[in-house]
Amino acid sequence: MIAALILGISILTLLQFLVSYSRSLIAASRGHELSEQTREICGFSGQTVTPDQFERLQQLIALCPEPGGDSIEIRAVALYFRLVGFANLVLGWAFPSAAPWIEGERGGCAHAAAVVLDRRIAYSRMMMAEQANH
Amino acid sequence: MLGPVDYALLFAGFAAHVLALVCLLRKRIIAQHFTLILYLGFSIAVGIGRCSIIKTAGFTSNAYLYFYFYSEALTTICLYFVLMTLYAHVFSEMGVSKHVRVGAMLLLAGTAGISYHMVATSSDRLITHFVIELGQNLYFVGVLLTYLLWGAMVKLRENRTRLVQVVLSMGVYLSLFAGSYALGNLYPDLPVWRYLYPVINMWLPVSWTYTFLKVPEDARIATARVLAPNR
Repeated sequence: MIAALILGISILTLLQFLVSYSRSLIAASRGHELSEQTREICGFSGQTVTPDQFERLQQLIALCPEPGGDSIEIRAVALYFRLVGFANLVLGWAFPSAAPWIEGERGGCAHAAAVVLDRRIAYSRMMMAEQANH
Repeated sequence: MLGPVDYALLFAGFAAHVLALVCLLRKRIIAQHFTLILYLGFSIAVGIGRCSIIKTAGFTSNAYLYFYFYSEALTTICLYFVLMTLYAHVFSEMGVSKHVRVGAMLLLAGTAGISYHMVATSSDRLITHFVIELGQNLYFVGVLLTYLLWGAMVKLRENRTRLVQVVLSMGVYLSLFAGSYALGNLYPDLPVWRYLYPVINMWLPVSWTYTFLKVPEDARIATARVLAPNR
């Protein structure tokens, strides 16, 4: 009885801590405005980045040179994106009201990935400009 | 008998703890986060101890079982010290760190007492049952303490990113362990525990390494951003 109670409470607290922790990882990117160049390369038309663009963003990130140590960040974001996607798959039918929340979280992940791409594009441009000067 | 997966997990956990310890020592934050270093150092020592017992007595021996659960209980007590430090950081401006220390010690003693009472009144008074019960209860009290701390941080609008991430990672770790110990109590014969515990064990050093490597000390985050859904 006590073990079942502890299990139930632990699952609830785990979900809350895990979501908050993941948000703390992507929170820094939320206020970041994407450059026109990144929007053009990614083909963004609206103001917000949609979750279905996440895979494409990851592919583009992999093509750009790394400015130094943001690969862990993008891996953590990708992990959270997949975790929320899994939650959508498992819980989507039982709690349809959670769908907007899940979409919002996945959109936040896509935006964080777009910010990483933005930084990498800026870094590539800087490197190219330096090479052109030499 | 241990297989290659067990050895890989043991080694990965050990490496994660060593990496986190080196990272924290290189960041020169010994005075500020001494208990984190103490916890990592203790975990490394426990890892070495477990490996030597596996080598001498074997993975399925009683010696390993006793050592595993007692060292787990001691490691959790180290985590209580980490929690106390985090409480002291959050309430530093209020000057209540002495009260926090006394309160946490009383809670620790109370948890051990209740666990002992639960086992002493049960039909089979095995000391191994006491230590498993103690482990589950210690982790669960840890979850409650972390939840309380997180609530206080939200209320006080704590905005130090490192502190926020360390507290949240503690919450994830303690919830994972409390939940799996409880599930292990309900279904003790599932083979998954053998692989699950070492994987969960890696969470804290990995998340701390990320926080102390990637997040600058002066980084700030609004707790509202962590609580509010993404738009």
